[in-house]
Amino acid sequence: MLLIRCPYCEETLPEMEFTYAGEAHIVRPENPSDMSDEAWRDFLFIRSNVKGPHFERWRHSHGCARFFNAVRDTVSDRFLTTYKAGEPRPDLASLLSAAGQSESEK
Amino acid sequence: MTAHINLSQAGVLAKSLAASVTLLEPVARFSLRTGAAGQAKLSAALGLTLPTKVGQRTQAGQTEVLCLGPDEWMLHTSESLAGTILQACESVYADAPHSLTEISDREVTVRIEGPKASELLTLGCPRDLDKLPVGEARRTVFDGATIILWRDAAETYRIDVWRSFAPHLISLLQTGCGELAAE
Ligand SMILES: [Zn+2]
Repeated sequence: MLLIRCPYCEETLPEMEFTYAGEAHIVRPENPSDMSDEAWRDFLFIRSNVKGPHFERWRHSHGCARFFNAVRDTVSDRFLTTYKAGEPRPDLASLLSAAGQSESEK
Repeated sequence: MTAHINLSQAGVLAKSLAASVTLLEPVARFSLRTGAAGQAKLSAALGLTLPTKVGQRTQAGQTEVLCLGPDEWMLHTSESLAGTILQACESVYADAPHSLTEISDREVTVRIEGPKASELLTLGCPRDLDKLPVGEARRTVFDGATIILWRDAAETYRIDVWRSFAPHLISLLQTGCGELAAE
């Protein structure tokens, strides 16, 4: 079972309290009717399907009920960080170097 | 199999050397939602401080309030004080916009106490209960059903569970009570 840190509850909690909610930082277009069918299709269905660190949404559904964002390595399932919805996308390079440092301290 | 349990009759549902499970008398329950701007005025109107950290609770007389999320609280009080709560919140509505919903009937509360109360809860709750301090509470999950878990003493808990999930949850606790006593 994964342990996930909720940035609102400020606790690291069992995965069973959470629900995965797809890729993060996908902004809904202001005027969908202005878009081409292809662009609208891409917004609705096309996702990056990353192998490695993935920016994704989670919801603390059996807890504070908030949506938040996470960076999770899709290969190892390791969470590099979690952060509140609306906060900017964290810098991946510094997350990875921080993760590498904490790995070598072990 | 789901046991037939009469949820309108408060009383002991299971009891063993390990723990006891008791259905408590009905209380008035409210769900309160408001943003940061209205909290101080609502606190003053209710005569208590709305806690701002998830899981913290405060009490004033018979009224108990728990912070469930950044803008969400659960309020319990005696049935006789329900009208007072409604009036208090209504009196500040213009200055402190909020949503107050009475949900008294949505949930029932069971108390779990006894030497193995914490162990009994591990049957369905994936939380590390050592990290739930006495005097706090959390919304969490018990075998798939959302619950609110109040820790009143080291081995005394209350669980609020939606009425329709209660027979499932209670029958699990009854089984666990017996099994833990047999060890
Ligand atoms: Zn949370």
